[in-house]
Amino acid sequence: MNAISIQNLDHYYGQGHLKKQVLSNINLEIKSGEIVIMTGPSGSGKTTLLSLIGCLRSTQSGSLNILGQELSNASKPQLVQARQQLGYIFQAHNLLDCLTVRENVMMPLELSNIPYATASVLSEKMLTSVGLGQRIDYYPEDLSGGQKQRVAIARALVTNPKIVLADEPTAALDKKSGRDVVELMQQLAKEQSCTILLVTHDNRILDIADRIIELEDGKLTK
Amino acid sequence: MLKRRIPLAWKQLTKERGRMMVAIAGIAFADVLMFLQMGFRSALFNGAVQVHNVLDGDIFLVSDRYKALISLDRFTERRLYQALGFAGVESVSPVYLSPVQWKNPENQQVWNLYAIGVNPADQTILLPEIRAKTAQLKQPDTVLFDAGARKEFGRVPQLFESGNLTTEVENRRVDVVGLFKLGTSFGINGHLITSDLNFLRMFRERRQKGLIDVGVVRLKPDANLDQVLQNLRSNLPNDVRIMSKSEFMNQEKNFWNTSTPVGYVFDLGAVIGFIVGAVVVYQILYSDVSDHLPEYATLKAIGFNDRYLLSVVFQEALILACIGFLPGFAISLGFYQVTRQATLLPMVMTVGRALFVLMLTAVMCTISAAISVRKLRSADPADIF
Repeated sequence: MNAISIQNLDHYYGQGHLKKQVLSNINLEIKSGEIVIMTGPSGSGKTTLLSLIGCLRSTQSGSLNILGQELSNASKPQLVQARQQLGYIFQAHNLLDCLTVRENVMMPLELSNIPYATASVLSEKMLTSVGLGQRIDYYPEDLSGGQKQRVAIARALVTNPKIVLADEPTAALDKKSGRDVVELMQQLAKEQSCTILLVTHDNRILDIADRIIELEDGKLTK
Repeated sequence: MLKRRIPLAWKQLTKERGRMMVAIAGIAFADVLMFLQMGFRSALFNGAVQVHNVLDGDIFLVSDRYKALISLDRFTERRLYQALGFAGVESVSPVYLSPVQWKNPENQQVWNLYAIGVNPADQTILLPEIRAKTAQLKQPDTVLFDAGARKEFGRVPQLFESGNLTTEVENRRVDVVGLFKLGTSFGINGHLITSDLNFLRMFRERRQKGLIDVGVVRLKPDANLDQVLQNLRSNLPNDVRIMSKSEFMNQEKNFWNTSTPVGYVFDLGAVIGFIVGAVVVYQILYSDVSDHLPEYATLKAIGFNDRYLLSVVFQEALILACIGFLPGFAISLGFYQVTRQATLLPMVMTVGRALFVLMLTAVMCTISAAISVRKLRSADPADIF
């Protein structure tokens, strides 16, 4: 079964004569458990495509199917609902400064019916598996950049999402921690058998992908 | 049972202690302002009807030109004795009122006191100190002095305790034969009670016996107030106005509220307090939302809906309202005490007012939150990728 299935997807920004096409005729199938890296120059539409798949924007034309659910013409509450099945890792970690590392990881579980105590244990386990078992009650400001990004990974994966979307997760990290972070993602994804779509400029991490796709001027080139 | 949740609003607030303290100080300031304005306002109104309160009567007659205790007009006491002939009326008492010039016995300065002249035998004034001095008041040139009067009149209570006290009222020598306590209001700095005859003696030919300021009517226990009022109104000439005790008091309060700027000034003061508080809370919440915009956008991307984020901001507002109210309330109690001592105005905190201000604080913070969450809509998760 395909985790992500896209047919004839177009996307435009602006209105009237300022209207500009950013994605044209995208066709993409990503199978469950696949790790796909998307590359391409700046302005090629990578982020737009990722935000459409992430249900952060409404589609305009074409078909977008995530985990068997058709999301073209989906309402805003449906999009918000669909987001809960996905895990996100951002370029900036975007952790909540006022919460401890553990509470940050627990945040996505707030949306479920999982009791607080269970959520707390799950978060601790997840933080241990990203190597931060000794840091669970620290605040983000006390962590290094790589550690924060690992917390963000733990937060993205704690709900066992079927799909993880990552936008340049290594951009703000040095070579060693960047490598650590993607290997961690790869390993955890294999354990939880989830699909990963990763946008990156970073050539050093291309080898973890099962497949590499390239976007240029809004079109997929391979 | 409700699921235990991460207290995000509380954590967000306590993370920035400095900012939270500013918010609390702002809310406390607004509350103090509101409490003081409301306190002054009701002290004004309660103080203004202290004389009305102690006059023992069910129905009051005043001239048709009467406006308030400080805007009097005389009428003939014949109206009062006419009233005595109506069914249900038990007894009547004439009351003479006027500001009088009192000479401070210590420094000889002259200040205006508010004199009340009544027949001592009628026991028109509901103060035990006065009933006890009925015999002395029947003597010529005797007065009772208001222990709650302002200090400009001299330390009369102390002087009185240490021996006989004689001074001048309207340039006539009088003996202070006792004390009572009424206190000040916005129009009156202190009271003087004397007999009707002594009152007329002070004014000599300037006041005429039989032209009175207020007529007090007491009803028989089984009389119907409304019926007697109606009877009197339709049968007495219309050069007098006939009011129940509560109408008499409302007349006075209305005078201060509508015919003087005082009521408006205090209302405006309270509104300004409210606005100041709202602006402070808005500033705090707005910068809080702005600072955390990427984090809020992230929460949206994770799947939290707008309602969750709105509730965080509103919770912050209400937490601030509750915490800010406490010091505001405590400081106000202190100010009330100080004001009571300094001005002798009857400033008292009531449960009703405390609850009202707490409610206003909550409304104030909620309005601020409602304005500052408009910023939240710009937390678009599509922008943070």
